[in-house]
Parts: sequence; C-alpha cells; structure tokens
Amino acid sequence: MNLDFGAILTPQYTQWMMWGALTSLALFASAWILAFLTASVLVAVGTAPFRPAQIAVAAFVEYHRNIPMLVQIFVWYFAMPQLLPDAWTSWINAHNSEFIFALIALFLNSAAYMSEDMRSGLRSLPREQMEAGRALGLSYLQTMKDVLLPQAVRAALPPLINQSLALFKATSLAMAIGVAEMTYASRQVENETYRTFETFAIASAFYFTLSFAIMALGAWADRRNLKAAGR
Amino acid sequence: MIVFENVDKWYGEYHALNNINETVSKGEVVVVCGPSGSGKSTLIRTVNRLEPIQKGRITIDGRDVNGSDVDVNELRSHIGFVFQQFNLFPHLSVARNVMLAPMRVHKVSEKTARETAMDLLDKVGLAHKADEFPPRLSGGQQQRVAIARALAMKPPVMLFDEPTSALDPELVGEVLNVMKQLASEGMTMVCVTHEMGFAREVADRVIFMDSGAVLERASPDDFFQRPQHPRAQKFVSDIRH
Amino acid sequence: MQDIIDILRNYGLLLTIGQFPEGPIGGLALTLILALTGLVLSFPLSVLIGVGRISPNPVAVKLSTAFVYIVRALPLLMLIFWAYFIVPLIIGRTVSGLTTVIVALVVYETAYLAEVVRAAILALPKGQAEASRSLGLSYFQTMKDIILPQALFNAIPSILNQFISLVKNTSVAYIISVDELTYAAYQVNAQLLTKPVQVYIILAAIYFIICFSLNRLVKLVEKRIHTSRQAPIAAEAAA
Repeated sequence: MNLDFGAILTPQYTQWMMWGALTSLALFASAWILAFLTASVLVAVGTAPFRPAQIAVAAFVEYHRNIPMLVQIFVWYFAMPQLLPDAWTSWINAHNSEFIFALIALFLNSAAYMSEDMRSGLRSLPREQMEAGRALGLSYLQTMKDVLLPQAVRAALPPLINQSLALFKATSLAMAIGVAEMTYASRQVENETYRTFETFAIASAFYFTLSFAIMALGAWADRRNLKAAGR
Repeated sequence: MIVFENVDKWYGEYHALNNINETVSKGEVVVVCGPSGSGKSTLIRTVNRLEPIQKGRITIDGRDVNGSDVDVNELRSHIGFVFQQFNLFPHLSVARNVMLAPMRVHKVSEKTARETAMDLLDKVGLAHKADEFPPRLSGGQQQRVAIARALAMKPPVMLFDEPTSALDPELVGEVLNVMKQLASEGMTMVCVTHEMGFAREVADRVIFMDSGAVLERASPDDFFQRPQHPRAQKFVSDIRH
Repeated sequence: MQDIIDILRNYGLLLTIGQFPEGPIGGLALTLILALTGLVLSFPLSVLIGVGRISPNPVAVKLSTAFVYIVRALPLLMLIFWAYFIVPLIIGRTVSGLTTVIVALVVYETAYLAEVVRAAILALPKGQAEASRSLGLSYFQTMKDIILPQALFNAIPSILNQFISLVKNTSVAYIISVDELTYAAYQVNAQLLTKPVQVYIILAAIYFIICFSLNRLVKLVEKRIHTSRQAPIAAEAAA
C-alpha cells in the first residue's frame, strides 16, 4: 500500500476536514454544557419530595437510556418538526436544522445519563448533609446548590468523564442526518479521492486526540478519588 | 528442613525482614509470634514464594526455594499453607475444594481424590459436610476444611498464617484441636499465632519477631514465663490482658 | 393512534423479520441476531483480553491495554468504516455490509466486555489466587478453575448490560444500509412520507420495550446472584 496524504491535503479537502473537526468540537462542547445544566436540574427536581416530579424525571431517564442514540436523533430530526409549533420549525430550518436537532438529541440523552451519575453520587453522601444545610437556615434549593451538588459532582466525576467520552464519540452519529462533522467530512473526502486509509487515518487521529485527553482526565479523577479514600 | 540464611526483604523503603537466620528441623513445631506488622506473616509467606526476598537464601531440604531451576508449582505442592481468611473456593463444594489440587497437580483420578478427600474430611470431623458449599459453613468449619485441603497434597511441612485470628472465640478450639492432632502425628509445622495455650501445649520453640527481626527464641514456657527482650516482655504482658 | 395501528398492520412483518422468508431476514429479528452474534463472538475474545490486561506478562499487558484504549477512543461508526476497508484487504474479497457490521461490533464490544471481565477478576479477594497457587496449581489452572468461574458468574449482570448496549449499537448498521430495525423503519418512513411521527414512535417503542425488559431482567439476575453469593447454588464448575 503506498500512502499519499498529499492527495487529500488539498486546500479544498483540508477545509472540509477542518470544518468537520470544528463542527464535531462545537457539537460536543455545546451538547456537554447543555447536558450538564439539564442534568443538574433533573437531579434537583428528581430528588425533590414531590412524587409527580420524581416520576417525570424517571420517565425522562428511562426513555433516553433504552432507545439507541441514533433513533433519538431521528425522532428529533424526522418526527419532532411535525409536532413543534410552525414558527419554531421554520426558525430552526433557517438556522442549520440538522445541527440543532442533533444537538438537542445529544444533549438530552447525555443529560439523562449524567443525571443518573450525579444522583448516585448524591446518594453516596450522608443524609446529614441536607439536614446540616437546612439547620443553618439554607432553603432546600440553596442546600442542594451550595452543599450537596458540589460534593456529588466530585463523587460522580469518574462516571461523568466516562459519559463525556461517550458523548464525544456519539457526535459522529450526527452524520446520519447530514451534519458535516468529522466522520461525515472524512467520508466525503474518501468518496472523492478514494484515499480510504489516509482520510480515515486523519479522522481517527482527531478522535484519538480528544478521546485520550478525556481518558487521561478520567484516570486523574480515579487517582484523586483513591487518594481521598485514603488508599 | 527449612533453613533461612541472612534473609532480607524490603517493600520499597520499608525493611520488612531484617537478616533472618533460622532453622526448622523435621518434626518440629515452631510458633512465630509478635505484634502486628512485625513481619511474621511475611516470614512464612517467603517460604512458598508468595513473597519474594531480596537478599539471603531459604532452603527446604537443601533446595533453594528461589533457585532458578525450581518449578514454583511443584515446590508449593509440597508445602501446606493455611490462611487467616481460610480462602476456600466458594464455587466448589467442600469435597471439591479438597480434591482439586490432587486432581490438577498430581493428576490422580477423581475416584482416588474423592476417597482421600473423604478420609481427610473425616479426620477434621467434617465428612458429613462434603457436599455443602463453603459459605454455608461456620468459620471454624471452613478453616478445618482449609487444613484438609492443604493436607490432601500430603505435604511434609505445614505453614499456618494466623489460622484462628478471623474466628469467633468459641470456634477457635476446634481448629486448634486439629492442629494439635497434626503436631502429635509428627508433622513439621510453622505457625504464626498468638494462641498461648496452643504454643505451650505443642510448640517445641517460640520465635518472637518485631520490626522484621527475630528478637528472641525460647521454649514456650521460658518465653511466656520469663521473656528476656524488653519488647517481648511488653508483648507477653499485652496478650495476657 | 389509528395511523399507528395501520402502519403496524401493513408493515409490522417488515419491521419484525424483514423480507423473510422470501428474502433475507431483517428488521427486529436481524437486530437481535446481530446483537447476539456480537456478544457470543466477543465473549471469548474479551476473556482473553481482560485476563491479558492483568497478566504477569508485561507484553500481554501492553498489547491488550493498547487494544482496549484504541478501540474505546474511536466512535463505533469509525470502526465500521475501518472494517469496511480492512476486512476485504485481509480476506482478499469484498464482504457484505452485514459482515462488516459484525466485525466492527465484535471488536468494539470486545474492548468493553474485556473491561467488565477485568473488573470482575479484580473484585475477587486476592486470597483466592493465593490459595490456589499455594496448592501448587499453575497460573492457567488457577485462572480456569478458580478465578474465571467465579469472576464470570459475578459478571453476569454486567454482561447482560453489555448485551443491552449491543442491541442499541446495532442501530448504527443503518449507516451502511444493513436492513436491521432502524433501517427498516427508515424505509417504511420513506415509503409513507407523511407519517414520520408515527413511524418513529413505533421504532422508539420497540427498542424501548426490548431494552427496558432486559434492564428489568438484569435487576432480577443481580438480586439472584447477590443472594447466591451468601449461599452459592453454583454448578460445580471444576467437575
């Protein structure tokens, strides 16, 4: 096999790949932030002493955990436009609807998993933390935000980092509805150049770089937790 | 039979065994005692190479335990080892626990292995539990099975690593009785234990260790009545209370 | 609602078994076949890699660790593309999309299942291996008779969880037009054109019912294994 990276590093293809990488990163970063915020809200609502809220959160989590990510993307891309108000749909269509629907599907899915990670982190905390917070005169929500959540996040850090890796890899599924992220771009370049190995090597290198960075972060969090456990 | 010559062992910076020179003769029963962290468990674990040593030599019947020509599996099959936590295999029945090593290492037939196992279980008083699974047994029963399991390989020497420390007090006696019987049959035994009564009744010698070194060797009576080293005196007075 | 019933009546068979028996099997049946094949083929490989990860042999450790990290760093989709490219190079002829997907799924799943096996081995008390080695059993005998029977039994819930994630991952086969459930639904949608909501509700519901029931099963098995750990009813694995 003779490799020829020159054939795919023309200005045109380089631009496609760069744009693909940027789109992947944008999708990952924005989905991560939205997922994290949503998950925090889900945890707060789901642990509140109000049964209907708990049930709603549980249903949300179960839906996202039991359906393939790709199908969730399809549900948003193919089905939701019919259900949303027309004004919303036309706004979304005017603003890169593929990206927006992929983003929504990705962040909602990740939020469900992240909220589960945080919730088990929360459950590992002693009950007295909430009582101590309330005893100081903090409200339920204040105690949640200032006392419980920060501790839970620390305990939940290793699974959250794992989930971040899953989210990053899942951004590749957005190609199925035509989002021109990295996987999409590499396939496009491959179609034009037939330089299969070279294009996939570049795309894989992109995924390796960020995935290994996330894994290194996870290893660091594991080590820190082991140290905190006094081992 | 077992000879330690200038044995040293470190865990990183920590000096776990400090220039050990000791001889255990055939048929002898030696009790090793000392405060926790004194290196006594480490000492007997070096004999069957569960722990490597960095300096010196350990020989069994003249054979260097750490010699490059030694097949470690063959070596270990001649040394019975009993653990503090029993370490029975929970997924195998009591009989299978005892039969496993003879069948796998000595390649004896299942029938022969079963007969031997039943004899040994009978000897430790647990033949009626042969088809139970270990987690259903009391700690004392589990430890007796563990002794039978080690005996199944017909080892000329048995090593005991705090065999009664994990037991409820009322279960200690049944295990010690099995060990006493073994001693009376002439088995060479090295026992890490704090059981004074056992030591006085059957031990030929007591070795006292602290900080990885042997500080005192004495007959059981001398050791428990008239300890010489200050740390041995403190240890004996501590375990009396 | 009436639409959904109509779609199920007209396309239910297509979604369940594809063109079978006139044509190739597809739909939900193919999804389950893919997942099951993936699990069965990746299981022995994952035991090998999982044991290799904690082997006393440094070369085995390096190779298996590299495999696990490299595979986990790539999206499944990238693995499918790589399989599409590499498998024909290795066996010297083009292969079907189905084969490509199975190869990619097995490689992907092996990496994850290997971590399950590794964790299950590490969770056993160290004394188990020590006791076995002290009796004179070799490293491999100890693995085969003492460590793996216990570790794999304890890992059954995690292995079932991996099966659930496999069922979901098979949907990615859609990208290279393998006629499993997601692709079948996509085709139904393309034929109807005007009923995407109903079609995708059906698709989501099928996955949900399967994965949700499997999840309940895992919980049940977990409880059974937990109680049997106190008093094992396990078969005599070394018999």
